[in-house]
Amino acid sequence: MKRGTIRTFLLGDAQAGRIVPPSGHTAHLTLFVSAAMAFLAVFALALSLAAGRLADRWSSELARSATLRINAPADQRAAQTEVALKILRQTPGVASARALTQEEQAALLAPWFGTDLRLDDLPVPQLIEVTEGEPGYDAAGLRLRLAAAVPGAVLDDHTRWRRPLVQAANSLRRLGWISIALIGGATAAMITLAASAALSANARVIEVLRLVGARDVYIAGAFVRRFTLRTLIGATAGVGFGMAGVLLLPESSPEGGFLTGLGFQGFGWLAPILIPPMGALVAFLATWAAARRRLKELA
Amino acid sequence: MIELDNVNYSYGGAELLRGVSVQLAPGTFHFLTGPSGAGKTTLIRLCYGALRPTAGQVRVFDTDMTRLDRDQMAMIRRRIGVVHQDCQFLDHLPVADNIALPLIVSGRDVAAEAGNLAELMKWVGLGARADALPPELSGGERQRAALARAVIMSPDVILADEPTGNVDWDMSQRLLQLLVELNRMGKTILVASHDLALIRAAKNQVQARVLRISNKTLQLAGADL
Ligand SMILES: Nc1ncnc2c1ncn2[C@@H]1O[C@H](COP(=O)(O)OP(=O)(O)O)[C@@H](O)[C@H]1O
Ligand SMILES: [Mg+2]
Repeated sequence: MKRGTIRTFLLGDAQAGRIVPPSGHTAHLTLFVSAAMAFLAVFALALSLAAGRLADRWSSELARSATLRINAPADQRAAQTEVALKILRQTPGVASARALTQEEQAALLAPWFGTDLRLDDLPVPQLIEVTEGEPGYDAAGLRLRLAAAVPGAVLDDHTRWRRPLVQAANSLRRLGWISIALIGGATAAMITLAASAALSANARVIEVLRLVGARDVYIAGAFVRRFTLRTLIGATAGVGFGMAGVLLLPESSPEGGFLTGLGFQGFGWLAPILIPPMGALVAFLATWAAARRRLKELA
Repeated sequence: MIELDNVNYSYGGAELLRGVSVQLAPGTFHFLTGPSGAGKTTLIRLCYGALRPTAGQVRVFDTDMTRLDRDQMAMIRRRIGVVHQDCQFLDHLPVADNIALPLIVSGRDVAAEAGNLAELMKWVGLGARADALPPELSGGERQRAALARAVIMSPDVILADEPTGNVDWDMSQRLLQLLVELNRMGKTILVASHDLALIRAAKNQVQARVLRISNKTLQLAGADL
């Protein structure tokens, strides 16, 4: 397809629009379906982007941090913590090591036990947050040294539970993108059906146009322009509703975890703007293909 | 202009035309006659490429019509004015737009040619009917609108299939008059008609040759008409 051809398609002349008689019914259906598809695409997109953010955050944050847990009788806890911190600070590859304060530990447990909890009453282990440097430390060697000096220390480098979480987030993201692809495919199928129906219904008009010397591009253009515009308008409305829906989702908060992070963030808000042009592109290609096929059959 | 060379045609069953050879030289006026069902419309459709001969060759403007692709065919059709037997209008568009249709589909600036269009509509006597829809027209008005559409691109050849069908004698004379005027302007004209009285009347105004289809073949009719 030449560039000039595409321009003729989209701009066309005012006359060309009237050449094909208006078709109220299919027009409304096309508008409705493309709006519905765009609406769904907004949510699929929100899901993909949120899952992607989550996967990235989990894999990067958790990869660089580990937790050292010190299970010791209350009277030895402080001393063992001191020793452990000292070992950690001497270990090459450990960027920083910091014992969590009572308040921080209480905050971690607050979702389960409420905020009135007094940690002194419970045999809660002391947690030490270890941040890995670049390059990292040798986990096996560190474990050996800790085992010798701090009997109650357990090093948890998070890999055990990080991997499935990141995997889950990644599959969620993949599902979101697959949904978007399916929505695109369904839109293409719907437009193809609608365009074929419109072409068949206007077989006589097409014949007359051929008789007076219209080229296929011109005839196809009349239909392509129509379906592309309808899809663009429908999808814009659908994205509008979808964005309103996303805006109404609860604000992202640490308490809500993943579910409240479902919306868009930052430049992510711009992503849905791509949906109407993408839908229009799908409609353009689908109608163009359908028109080329039907025109060859008709005359 | 138009040249048929040993053309055969059949719609799938028995042969309808056999061994048809004819040349329409520039500026000539031909009638094509024969009883209803003889194949006049078929022959005209062969001339503008709506049908492909089952054998033989059709050349228009020295182009072999069977070798054209769809786009080339469209371009050739812009150079041939056709008055179809059933007019072939778009019923949802007013007469003026139907007449301007060849201009519209060929991407010409219709607004710039509005003067020509108005003049042409006056010439065929439809100046007052520009906004009517085709189904609202009388038989004579339809035929004149069809003729106007056939000539709007100023083609060198005009093929008219029964342009005086469904109209009374006076109107058929007017239509004939228009065709004769076009011929005097140098256009090559082929008129298919089973109306012998019309052909006789025309012979007084223009030097026309009469081709007759009989027994599946095309013959030049003599003065015995
Ligand atoms: N599309 C078609 N398919 C099959 N037969 C056709 C078709 N068009 C015309 N015919 C037949 O071909 C013959 C010639 O038709 P036509 O060319 O229209 O004759 P005329 O114009 O001289 O009256 C007729 O018998 C008609 O029934
Ligand atoms: Mg006929």
